[in-house]
Amino acid sequence: MNPDLVKMIFGRLNLDALPLHEPILVGTFAVVATGGLALFALVTYFRLWSYLWREWFTTVDHKRIGIMYMILGIVMLLRGFADALMMRLQQAIAFNGADGYLPAHHYDQIFTAHGVIMIFFVAMPLVTGLMNYVVPLQIGARDVSFPFLNNFSFWMTVGGAVLVMMSLFVGEFARTGWLAYPPLSNIGYSPDVGVDYYIWGLQVAGVGTTLSGINLVCTIVKLRAPGMTMMKMPVFTWTSLCTNVLIVASFPVLTAVLALLSLDRYVGTNFFTNDFGGNPMMYVNLIWIWGHPEVYILVLPAFGIFSEVTATFSGKRLFGYTSMVYATVVITILSYLVWLHHFFTMGSGASVNSFFGITTMIISIPTGAKMFNWLFTMYRGRIRFELPMMWTVAFMLTFVIGGMTGVLLAVPPADFVLHNSLFLIAHFHNVIIGGVLFGLFAGINYWFPKAFGFRLDPFWGKLSFWFWVSGFYFAFMPLYVLGLMGVTRRLRVFDDPSLQIWFVIAAFGAFLILLGIGAMLMQFAVSILRREQLKDTTGDPWNARTLEWATSSPPPDYNFAFTPVVYDNDAWWDMKRRGYRRPLTGFKPIHMPSNTGTGIILAGFATVMGFALIWYIWWLAALSFVALLAVAIGHTFNYHRDFHIPADEVVRAEDARTRILAAGAQT
Amino acid sequence: MRALKLLALLPFAAFLGGCDFIVLAPAGDIAAQQRDLVVISTVLMLVIVLPVMALTVYFAWRYRQSNTAAPYEPDWDHSTQLELVIWSAPLLIIICLGALTWMGTHLLDPYRSLGRIAADKPIESKDAPLNVEVVALDWKWLFIYPDYGVAAVNELAAPVDRPIRFRITASSVMNSFYIPALAGQIYAMPGMETKLHAVANKPGTFRGFSANYSGAGFSGMHFDFKSLSNADFDKWIAGAKASANMLGRTDYLQLERPSQNDPVRLYRSVDRDLYKAILNMCVEPGKMCMSEMMAIDAKGGLGREGLNNTLPLTYDKYARRGAPLGSEPTFVAGICSMDEIKDAPSREITAPLDLTPLRGFGLKRPPFSPAHPSSTSLLLGQRPKSES
Repeated sequence: MNPDLVKMIFGRLNLDALPLHEPILVGTFAVVATGGLALFALVTYFRLWSYLWREWFTTVDHKRIGIMYMILGIVMLLRGFADALMMRLQQAIAFNGADGYLPAHHYDQIFTAHGVIMIFFVAMPLVTGLMNYVVPLQIGARDVSFPFLNNFSFWMTVGGAVLVMMSLFVGEFARTGWLAYPPLSNIGYSPDVGVDYYIWGLQVAGVGTTLSGINLVCTIVKLRAPGMTMMKMPVFTWTSLCTNVLIVASFPVLTAVLALLSLDRYVGTNFFTNDFGGNPMMYVNLIWIWGHPEVYILVLPAFGIFSEVTATFSGKRLFGYTSMVYATVVITILSYLVWLHHFFTMGSGASVNSFFGITTMIISIPTGAKMFNWLFTMYRGRIRFELPMMWTVAFMLTFVIGGMTGVLLAVPPADFVLHNSLFLIAHFHNVIIGGVLFGLFAGINYWFPKAFGFRLDPFWGKLSFWFWVSGFYFAFMPLYVLGLMGVTRRLRVFDDPSLQIWFVIAAFGAFLILLGIGAMLMQFAVSILRREQLKDTTGDPWNARTLEWATSSPPPDYNFAFTPVVYDNDAWWDMKRRGYRRPLTGFKPIHMPSNTGTGIILAGFATVMGFALIWYIWWLAALSFVALLAVAIGHTFNYHRDFHIPADEVVRAEDARTRILAAGAQT
Repeated sequence: MRALKLLALLPFAAFLGGCDFIVLAPAGDIAAQQRDLVVISTVLMLVIVLPVMALTVYFAWRYRQSNTAAPYEPDWDHSTQLELVIWSAPLLIIICLGALTWMGTHLLDPYRSLGRIAADKPIESKDAPLNVEVVALDWKWLFIYPDYGVAAVNELAAPVDRPIRFRITASSVMNSFYIPALAGQIYAMPGMETKLHAVANKPGTFRGFSANYSGAGFSGMHFDFKSLSNADFDKWIAGAKASANMLGRTDYLQLERPSQNDPVRLYRSVDRDLYKAILNMCVEPGKMCMSEMMAIDAKGGLGREGLNNTLPLTYDKYARRGAPLGSEPTFVAGICSMDEIKDAPSREITAPLDLTPLRGFGLKRPPFSPAHPSSTSLLLGQRPKSES
């Protein structure tokens, strides 16, 4: 065939793009393909496709979208963690002239993919999922402000994840580190598709994240139940508000900087080139102007979760609600003023470095205040050590260490000796695992009964907890030590044999975490099997304090038959105390948004377009772009966007709940 | 202070006696001062972190559900005094740490010339700094000694107790120049120059490497830093002079091609302007230098015709340099000769040689002498043995 024609049709995609020469990848592909086929066969066998499409893929219900985000996050956690294990193994064996089992070409992709996946496709979906699920319930709303947009946002996030995963089997991923600094990520040094996968994966997912941020800000600002003033919002809603404000303000920067990088790569502009007046350091600045707020985007909701959990399981009002809110807002603002601490070593000069160092330290003041607030919430409480509370205490003990090393790194001269070292790696895993991930696990264990109507099995949960916590310490404390021995990050082979023992300990820690993840999956499986014993009939299994516990578990599609009225920041606690009685009559039809498949179709076209751009298949890119526009415009002519749940259906649902509550009260 | 330092190191010493904590026990004064800051800040923060951890454990245990003897106040959620404490305690620590940071950052600015050789050794005017020009290549290090006209790949030598002035750049991608035993790191960036002032106080061989991932050969991008006595250093220079290699422009273009795990190589002579040319990205003969281009642009540029000059400048835009096809020819040759390249006006920050504290003009120094005149610290700078 005419090579020009082939090139026109397939761009630079050809059979060489399939990594047939990499046995590890072929094996992985075999496993993934077998698993995928089995799943496909099962779904087909049980005729679930139409159910999945109608009830899940096209849903605009914030609860289902939230659950799908969580599933995405957990699936991607398995991939991201597999990368981590491979790195730990490589670093544990590549000593004394041994080359390890990963060549640079593969190893460099793995550490890049690990960072990208863990931040964008594990932490972000899990955080967004929890916010999506919980926030509307906490503020007594029926859904988010823009339910269709919510569905579209989710599928765009999936689209980004699909592109990143695709790079495993078609072509390759970036070999640049997770922030793809130029000039290394520019076309001269990374001419292959890796960085393009990176760019388009993040761009597609970034659209979803930004839109979901706008959506949740609107929801929190506009849809609160009557009586819920700003200073009566639950703390998780507050931190979600701040997080989404951060998303809305910072993700456009990421989109812009990646757009500039892609212009450099695709059309030969010179924003970040060495020559022609380009300046790679501008990229480093811009990406961290997004990147630092991103850290707080992840950790603020976790802080919110800890606040809810501590108050609930201590059986006490949260200590210092007002200072907690102000601390959150202060962190939100300050998080924009610290980005330069990621590159003190660029040579910005002492005054600039001290400014950013000191602003960074100042953030530790509100964070410290929060820590004390949790502490004094426990003070004179009655603490029940259920799983969420266990994760919270583990967080408090772990996070202060991470916070301390963080402030240490904020001292520029100290950073000069620790920058890019394994000390830094230990630090940010200490705050992201010890802060964000522990928070997410607390949140999952806390809200799971709300979402599914039964609790998570505590035995496997505790097993998972102990494996995770001890695994974390084994995996990352050695990295602090190695950092002080002057070992830098992203190394593939080592020649100092005295270091090996530390890497072996770290690999052992990673293995413990693997057991923790396994126990967590077992916990889900066992809980589903034992769902009758673990059933929650009350809707309030923890004797909790905020509005989401006022409705049934799982909540009906419409969340609340009547919008609750709020008098206190612990609204549900206050209702319980004042002897609140559920209304049993007078139900009215409820206005609800209709499901639509437009979101998944749009995201599908966006993903195809991303793929086409990565491989230079210009006709396909143009075609999918046109299709994208056509579907989006077509959707504006869809006038069937809402419906009413008839009053008798509401009556039926509420009566069923009354019967369950009555049965529960008798036993 | 010294006792404090030792105290902080104690747990490490106990557990990890056999390990080489180069960051905590460096061989150079700058790295030692940076280490001091690490230790002081850690101790300062432990003042608050340890009580918080202890309280967490204590409260978690004391107020557990089964302990019904402990008081329970479900509605207690505010205390102005406590709020004051929980905001002001971290604030106070951060004020101390902030002051420390401000001073430490300025005193240890890598661009600042050295104010002392070691804690107990002031700088003397005869200690003219050793100039070293550092180029991060793919994936090896080139060190040029302009004072001696020699160069080395993947080996750096310097005499003990003599200040070293590094000028650092890179050929293609970003790296970070780091010798943990000597001083903190600083980025090496193509087309840009960073600086580092440091001094080694102990003889020995230490490890230096790139601390910023730069591509496939990154793991092998390390070198030995040899801290030598004056005599040994002279011997080392003589050894370099005796080698057969020369480093001209064409040799450099050969050298800068990507290669991994390069052996040590010494050069007896170096093109005088090589470093300037690398920095200005004009090693290829006839290529216009950035400094030249900027000078033209500063005067208004060459108009539309100037495009012809910039269009073929594909120095390293589309392919890693040293690609099989080589580079395209330059359309318009450089106008100036290399001799005319001026160093860009650079920021020199000099440490004051008179280290007595500043005072107002015409005022007398207050009659104050420190308790231990010989002790020096980051906070006080260095005091000569009292004149009052």
